[in-house]
Amino acid sequence: MLELKQLSKSFGGRTAVESMSFSLNKGEVLGFLGQNGAGKSTTMRMAAGVIEPDKGDVIVAGHSIVSNRREAQRRLGFLPEGAPLYPDMTPLDFLNFLCSAHRISRSDCRSAVERVIADARIADVMSKRISTLSKGYRRRVGLAGALIHDPDVLILDEPTDGLDPIQKRAVRALISRMAKDKAIVISTHTLEEVPAMCNRVIVIDQGKLIADSSPEDMAKRRKGGLEEAFIDLVSKKEAASNEG
Amino acid sequence: MKAELRDILTSLRASYLRELRAYFATPLAYVFVAIFLMLVGVFTWEASRFFDTGLADLQPFFYWHPWLYMIFLPALSMRLWADEIAYSTSELLFSLPVSLFGLATGKLLAAWSVAALSLVLTFPMWITVNYLGAPDNGAIAITYLTSLLMAGAYLSIGAAMSSLFSSQVLAYIAGILVAFVFTAAGWPMLVGAISGLLGAAAGDLVAQFSFLTYFETAQRGVLELRALLYFGGVILAWLSLNTIWVANKRAFAG
Repeated sequence: MLELKQLSKSFGGRTAVESMSFSLNKGEVLGFLGQNGAGKSTTMRMAAGVIEPDKGDVIVAGHSIVSNRREAQRRLGFLPEGAPLYPDMTPLDFLNFLCSAHRISRSDCRSAVERVIADARIADVMSKRISTLSKGYRRRVGLAGALIHDPDVLILDEPTDGLDPIQKRAVRALISRMAKDKAIVISTHTLEEVPAMCNRVIVIDQGKLIADSSPEDMAKRRKGGLEEAFIDLVSKKEAASNEG
Repeated sequence: MKAELRDILTSLRASYLRELRAYFATPLAYVFVAIFLMLVGVFTWEASRFFDTGLADLQPFFYWHPWLYMIFLPALSMRLWADEIAYSTSELLFSLPVSLFGLATGKLLAAWSVAALSLVLTFPMWITVNYLGAPDNGAIAITYLTSLLMAGAYLSIGAAMSSLFSSQVLAYIAGILVAFVFTAAGWPMLVGAISGLLGAAAGDLVAQFSFLTYFETAQRGVLELRALLYFGGVILAWLSLNTIWVANKRAFAG
């Protein structure tokens, strides 16, 4: 469903992502982990077609993001970091705008909007201006936008950031419900929520993939569970690169 | 080709409706229209001493259009892309299956619609001259049409400049500077100076790039094909540059 092939990106001579490759099937929910600046957001932005890779390609449901970007993006939903939205719009206007951009007909748009309103639980703020919404609601409106065209692949950059515990639980439940017929990539700094949402984990460091396993297998590496295993992996890699 | 055209039209419609709503969701469009109408009135009645000319035509009104557009239209276009960059909504836009040319065209058309509304609301001027005398309404219609085209050209410059900055202020300043070049190139004083220094051919050549040159012909009631081609060409050229600069952000964004 989603395949990253030797994806690389540099900014001003600094390598942000180097030869990143992995693939994801329907039903897989991938926790994409790494320290700040490890290259997670850059990888996700390349996978969503927001920025172009220097090398490599991304295949979304059989369509190349490099040679057939729009067809690939029709099958992909993306929640960028910080869930940027238009502050002057209401959530309803915003979702209607996304319907137009995805070429969803007016009648289909109405049912799609109803579906994502229920999924993201934003019914009570639909006619309020986005600029007046709390961070949690904005994130959920962004999530609703990523789901409006019912994509095969979802890429969510920190979807639970800014949500309260109840909202986090609701988003986790939504992701679990959607996981059956989608491939989902989630980046998060909250390692405790990885086992609850993800059935696969990839750790990256300095733009390179350093681990790929199930959350359970990764947690077994160290006594302290997933968090200790993550710190262990990243610090070992750091020590090795410092020696080198 | 058919799919590409469909994508362009879809993107154009989506961005046009969004931008138009954005203009009227904030005081921006209302303030712009109000200030434009007020200043166009002041310049026509006071600076051009409309009633002292003794002529029932709109020359004193149209005379100021290029200069007012040069100052005001970059204010209308400065937010078109600068806000997308500042609020990171460009990330969202770039993740959608849209045509960048369609998006840029939709944004330009939305700003152009606000400018057209301002122009339509100057109709009391037209009523006034018709009340006072018997003006050549054909010539007035031609000048209005050319003025609208010229507004599109100024806006296309401002929109392209807006795609280079995340600050509206910088986008506005850059828009004015480029618009000034396209306006002042036909200013008789500058053309005279260039002709004096480099010869009449050089002066004429520089004047050919100016909006003033083509707009002055229209003010005489002449609808020239070359003026239509010139303004259409300027709009298309800046729209293309706008698209290229936005596409570069996707390619080289950090």
